[in-house]
Amino acid sequence: MNLELLLLVAAALFCIGLFGALTQQSIVMLMMGLELMLGGVILAAAAAWHYIAPAAPEGQVLIVVAVTAMALEMAIGFAVVTALFRSREIDMTDMAAELKE
Amino acid sequence: MDTAAFWMLASLATVGGVMVFRFDSMARATFSLLTSLLCVGGLVVLLGLDYLGIVIVLMMTIEMAIMAVFMVMYMMNPAGLMPMTMIHNKKGAAVICGLLFALLATGILLARWPARKGKPPADPTMDLGMSLMGPQMLTMMTLGMALFATIVATVVLATRRGRYDRFGDDLRSRRADDPVRGGVGR
Repeated sequence: MNLELLLLVAAALFCIGLFGALTQQSIVMLMMGLELMLGGVILAAAAAWHYIAPAAPEGQVLIVVAVTAMALEMAIGFAVVTALFRSREIDMTDMAAELKE
Repeated sequence: MDTAAFWMLASLATVGGVMVFRFDSMARATFSLLTSLLCVGGLVVLLGLDYLGIVIVLMMTIEMAIMAVFMVMYMMNPAGLMPMTMIHNKKGAAVICGLLFALLATGILLARWPARKGKPPADPTMDLGMSLMGPQMLTMMTLGMALFATIVATVVLATRRGRYDRFGDDLRSRRADDPVRGGVGR
């Protein structure tokens, strides 16, 4: 176990999540992709803290920020899906495209 | 021991992440994501951040349980009884993500990472708490405000009745038109 290996795992998680966020039509599945991307960010921050600057607490603070972002993303995402489903009966990104007009 | 745990958690996290977008069943996809994120929490514990690792494990368990409920509520085929695809631009996304991973991996392997500076504190949790309540107080306050704003926003988005439903189109109604009366003065 070393910094490079951990960062490679984090990069893999980030890229898998990005693939999901780019391809999924369901808003809930898209959110799952975002969660995976943030999981990669958390792992990278923890690895950087441990292997580069373990004495600096800012690395841990970055993890707290990422974990909070995960919680906010999910809460707001589900609320948006609920509002969309209530008004249009849709839960797919393609069908919600008219919102941009 | 640590090396074996790392390889097991790292491979489970990656395979779990891939399987999220391979399963036909929404419930299975949710639990696959849970597996992946629990392994991330395990890796964080392995790196010496016990408190944050356990927070991630607990939070993700609850979050994925809620996500499974929403999946069953909103999505077709929650049990995965028939194959389905709900994706678009698969090839383009695969190329973008493959290139990004190659770029990141090249950077990770070629970069000259700085040498380890300092020693881990005896109690990293205490270190985090002192930082959040001291020099990083602004970060903590910002997170607190963001969480509060999220609570308000989610309630506003999820509620069926808005203020125009309650007080009329011009908001001039003196009494709110609520199905159940209550509150101060009503």
